[in-house]
Amino acid sequence: MIRLGALAVGLLFVINVLWGAIAPREDAAPDMAKQLHKHPKHVEWTHNGPGNLGIFGTFDRGQLQRGFQVYKEVCSACHSINRVAFRNLADLGFSEAQIKAIAAEYEVAAIDANGEPTTRKATPADKFPLVYANEAAARAAQNGANPPDLSLMTKARPDGTNYVYSLLTGYSDDVPKGWTKPDTSYYNPYFHSINIAMPPPLSADGQVTYSDGTPATVDQYAKDVAVFLTWTAEPKLENRKETGVAAILFLIIMTGLGYLSYRKVWADIKKPA
Amino acid sequence: MSFPWAKQYQPTSAVGKWMDERLPLPRFIFGALGPGYPTPKNLNAFYNFGVLAGVALVIQIITGVVLAMHFAADTRVAFDSVEHIMRDVNGGWMIRYMHAVGASFFFGVVYIHIFRGLYYGSYKPPREMIWMLGLVIFLLMMATAFMGYVLVWGQMSFWGAQVITGLFSAFPVVGTHIQTLLLGGYSPDNATLNRFFSLHYLLPFVIFGVIVLHVWALHIPGSNNPTGLDVKTEADTVPFHPYYTAKDFVGLGIYLIVFSAFVFFMPNSLGEPDNYIPANPLSTPAHIVPEWYFWPFYAILRAFTTDFLGVPAKLWGVLAMFASILLLFLLPWLDQSPVRSNNYRPVSRILFWVFVAVGLLLGVCGGKPAEEPWVRLSQILTAYYFAHFLIILPIVSKLEKTKPLPGSISEAVLAKYGKGGAAPVAQPAE
Repeated sequence: MIRLGALAVGLLFVINVLWGAIAPREDAAPDMAKQLHKHPKHVEWTHNGPGNLGIFGTFDRGQLQRGFQVYKEVCSACHSINRVAFRNLADLGFSEAQIKAIAAEYEVAAIDANGEPTTRKATPADKFPLVYANEAAARAAQNGANPPDLSLMTKARPDGTNYVYSLLTGYSDDVPKGWTKPDTSYYNPYFHSINIAMPPPLSADGQVTYSDGTPATVDQYAKDVAVFLTWTAEPKLENRKETGVAAILFLIIMTGLGYLSYRKVWADIKKPA
Repeated sequence: MSFPWAKQYQPTSAVGKWMDERLPLPRFIFGALGPGYPTPKNLNAFYNFGVLAGVALVIQIITGVVLAMHFAADTRVAFDSVEHIMRDVNGGWMIRYMHAVGASFFFGVVYIHIFRGLYYGSYKPPREMIWMLGLVIFLLMMATAFMGYVLVWGQMSFWGAQVITGLFSAFPVVGTHIQTLLLGGYSPDNATLNRFFSLHYLLPFVIFGVIVLHVWALHIPGSNNPTGLDVKTEADTVPFHPYYTAKDFVGLGIYLIVFSAFVFFMPNSLGEPDNYIPANPLSTPAHIVPEWYFWPFYAILRAFTTDFLGVPAKLWGVLAMFASILLLFLLPWLDQSPVRSNNYRPVSRILFWVFVAVGLLLGVCGGKPAEEPWVRLSQILTAYYFAHFLIILPIVSKLEKTKPLPGSISEAVLAKYGKGGAAPVAQPAE
């Protein structure tokens, strides 16, 4: 009975789904955005260590500071990094006094002695404030676009660090034939929908002045800010990898000892012939 | 129950004797996992995975309890509280990555455990209850994992909740009511998040309870083994401790090394980047996909594209997805072969590997966007999935000519290690 019932149910599903497979269907319209879309360029990052494997490797502190400078002078006009606190900048190698000075450049909401809303200078304990009070304010100021918070950007996109670098260096005036681009948008094949509302933020070499002698090029700016945003998304990256190397070394020794005792325990069963 | 030659617990100290007369817990452990549990001596590495699944559950419960101390089940702050764990809680990043990667590993281990059972016929009499309880655990795991994924309240959490609860709306009359009940409203919102958190905390302990039944049922006939033969004499077995405790410890070590490699070096490789975007009910992601361990079932769900017999395609997909798991409960009765292990079933053995390939390919299809060639491929694969269990296996298992079985487990072991050179003695299938 069970087998007959199973046979009937089986035939029902099989015929149904095979009918679906042979039923004629219209070819999907070719999606031009998909054809134009490019995967991120491949870059070797110091925080990925030898071979870009992601096992060893630490952030380059100088690069993080340059990336922060690019963020502060360029990106922060529209994009917040609201999940990062000023105190976290100590990870970049800034001193306590420097962090206090950076925080003091920002204003955050507060309540005054009379209970009225006011603002005060930020302290190291505060987070980087939002650029716009809310989404509506952002869209009103940005031609209808809403610049996303960048704190988690490199984790919120596939191959995030390479993606940020590729996007920033991927603008092109060469709009392919047949592709429609509204005048308020820019052509960037690394963006998922190709047309991006953000104007090319890094437009010319020398736009940001580096004090450490690093070449002030658009390519370098893009790399530096991509690394900085990797840190904002994963501030515990170095800690994580150090812990991982120690944990795995421990486990290899433990498993090796376990294997030796396994051999000893089983010796009388698995005697060689 | 156990074999007559099972070692008996003998308390040696006065305290042990005192305890044994009042609460014989040491006696229980001795008989369940200790020297008092005779186990076939020919279990291979695939028999490690039951213990590993238990360890994976314990890791999930311990890390989950800690995460719950810092997580806030409120749609306004849930995502922020997860980021707070990642950034400001001491060691929080490690606990969370262990929990997220741990869910994937739990499923990976359980899939290997299930396929091991399929290959060696561990679902066949007298082990049907063990098999069915295992499937109950699998279903509970799927519910738990789905609800846990929603708690993060990222884009995939929100839209996953929308899509999965939306499946129930395919049922006529009661469908939308079921969806409303699951969500606690008409779309995923605070009520959804809170009930999912409550259930996500509850279900692992239910799973734990069913595991107790699963292991209890296992101890009645004892473990199956790669030959599929019943244990006949003491020579076929070794005491669980120290033999399998030692072996399982090595397996556990290797498992933890691979697990650590993912937790510490590529913690996000098994997840969707979209879930690092806070949930936004006004913006639908381009591709809504579940986590990888649901992909084969997601492919089956989407494989039904035509209305059939007056039933809409969507309902067929939902029915097929549930049926694809529920039919496994019937497996002990669909497979009619008297021989358990596929080592002695030449045709079934080929079919097993075809099924493994079909399952993996279905997984690939489930992770792809719903477009050609993936839709058509998943339709053909889905047809094979159902045909395999409901049509082919019942017939093949009846007609198949099996290879001669060794006389006993020991004989098979001796033949394998070449001691005595005893060739397997032909023995007709029972």
